[in-house]
Amino acid sequence: MQPISSVKGKAYPLGLKNVDTDIIIPAVWLKTISRSGLGKGAFQTLRGVAGNVFDDPAYAGAPILIAGDNFGCGSSREHAAWAMADLGISAVIAPSFSDIFSGNAFKNGLLAIVLPQDAIDRLMEVAKTDDIHIDLETQTVTTPFQDRFAFEIDPFRKHCLINGVDEIGLTLKSSDAISAYENKISASQPWLSPNQA
Amino acid sequence: MMSTPQTLYEKIWNAHVVEQRDDGTCLIFIDRHLVHEVTSPQAFEGLRVAGRRVRRPDLTLAVPDHNLPTTARLDANGNSIPIADPESAQQLEALERNAPEFGIAYINATDVKQGIVHVVGPEQGFSLPGVTLVCGDSHTACHGGLGALAFGIGTSEVEHVLATQTLQLSQSKSMEVRVEGELGPGVSAKDVVLHITGVLGASGGTGHVIEYTGAVIRALSIEGRLTISNMAIEHGARAGLVAPDDVTFAYLKGRPMAPKGDDWDAAVTYWRSLATDAGATYDKVVTINAADIAPSVTWGTSPEDVLPITGIVPNPSSFADPSKQAAAKKSLEYMGLTPGTLMTDISVENIFIGSCTNSRIEDLRAAAAVLKGRKKADNIKWAIVVPGSGLVKQMAEAEGLDRIFMDAGLEWREPGCSACLGMNPDKVPAGERCASTSNRNFVGRQGPGARTHLVSPAMAAAAAVTGKLTDVRTLMA
Repeated sequence: MQPISSVKGKAYPLGLKNVDTDIIIPAVWLKTISRSGLGKGAFQTLRGVAGNVFDDPAYAGAPILIAGDNFGCGSSREHAAWAMADLGISAVIAPSFSDIFSGNAFKNGLLAIVLPQDAIDRLMEVAKTDDIHIDLETQTVTTPFQDRFAFEIDPFRKHCLINGVDEIGLTLKSSDAISAYENKISASQPWLSPNQA
Repeated sequence: MMSTPQTLYEKIWNAHVVEQRDDGTCLIFIDRHLVHEVTSPQAFEGLRVAGRRVRRPDLTLAVPDHNLPTTARLDANGNSIPIADPESAQQLEALERNAPEFGIAYINATDVKQGIVHVVGPEQGFSLPGVTLVCGDSHTACHGGLGALAFGIGTSEVEHVLATQTLQLSQSKSMEVRVEGELGPGVSAKDVVLHITGVLGASGGTGHVIEYTGAVIRALSIEGRLTISNMAIEHGARAGLVAPDDVTFAYLKGRPMAPKGDDWDAAVTYWRSLATDAGATYDKVVTINAADIAPSVTWGTSPEDVLPITGIVPNPSSFADPSKQAAAKKSLEYMGLTPGTLMTDISVENIFIGSCTNSRIEDLRAAAAVLKGRKKADNIKWAIVVPGSGLVKQMAEAEGLDRIFMDAGLEWREPGCSACLGMNPDKVPAGERCASTSNRNFVGRQGPGARTHLVSPAMAAAAAVTGKLTDVRTLMA
């Protein structure tokens, strides 16, 4: 994972609630065996509608997306995070995210920033004309108009994002603890090793 | 000294903590890992690139389901029929190659045990009470119907579990959804979970693990409990749980991968100890009265858009929340519906009976009971029944259900995910409606432009008979 500590630039003012991962990347795109190239299918159904924010030249190449409640609900497909990254999006700001999507976003260094609806409403306005700045170190979202919104983030996730930590590598350092757990369980609950006969 | 009362969720969580960090994040051991062809290729590739192996292949089971066509898989000579779509074929081949390379048991597409991962796991006794179970699929919550802490993960987490047999997780909040009373005639587990989703909303369970309790849940079969837990994700929950009981143990006993002999007895003793203690508290409690649950149907493009079949298409202005008003307006445009229309006046052209929510034997029996001696309506262009596994198919055929479906004019197919998400050739045409027993009515879910109405198997069968959304109770003798 590439380290990420801030994102600054234009933002797509989408605002829609319950944006599911079928909307972010339809199932037809899931047949790939690679992580790259999914930007072409990102938000395909929304992009089929005239006047959509993704094809508006005013927001071309925006690194931030602003959305409504429950962003990324539905399917667990990590292709949603890959597609957004491939489209050039580095951060999403929304009032809430589905648990699975926020995990997938984190694994790919895509910031999923939670702010209350009134802050979202304000940022939607600002995004029409100006840049938005997300700073992970200070946990703030700011605008050129003195707006300053603080956000919460899990300290472990913050550490991993800023330092670009390889999480599997990190967990493998706990191999001895995992082995000890396995030994304890195979003694107390031997049925947990399935009979694959 | 008495120990602090704990919920079922807390007990399973605490039993799986390998390490806890100062910030509260835990390294959680994963007992069971189901792998399918769509969300695993990039994970296996990641292992290969890093030179990593699968830590516990014995706890991992691979089954293809999403891409498989549901038409015949063997020709007249018993040879495999190749998959026509080259991309689907490539994904299947990747799993066929990766499973043996990493030492993982693999159920192939023509094995009678093949089926949807969430049907195969319980059926084989791979899924058990009290285990942590993951799969790169959001409907993994399904296995919570047996009392497993089961949840969907992304591909990076699939790779993490393959390499370490653990996940780095923070504990979720707990919620009890208590369903009291007794279900009326024609009301099934699917109607219960659609109703719960309507009450909680699509994000009502976000950040929570839900335990479904109460007389209605206790009275359900395992098939019904799996249906409810399956859709926990549709109200946003990380996982759903039903406490294991005698119904659970009777279902699991003798399953191929379930414990045997002394192990069985020890396991049952342990499983009995998992029930939520008297005096344990949940972060949130929601109580639902069974008398309020009718045969249910969705009208929009979020699973929270639920109505009793006796309802009318809502006016967007009837919602208090402005963002919901906007979403409802968009949904109605997509669905081609006018506010005020009776749900029972909506014609459908397609019927899909299947998916990890509703493709088990009981689901097929419920649909067949409505279809027996009847024919599909003339306006139904496409109606398919897709059993959840080869073993479900075999059982249904032994009971003669396949004949009932075919005599009524429905197609009897091979097992897989099928038209739930249309990764295989089974899709609903743009602009057409489908009464579907699947779990999502999202825009484009069953095919670009497809209009989905989520219903129970009995309600899908009723729609097949009349050609429109129908209150199944009117067809019951």
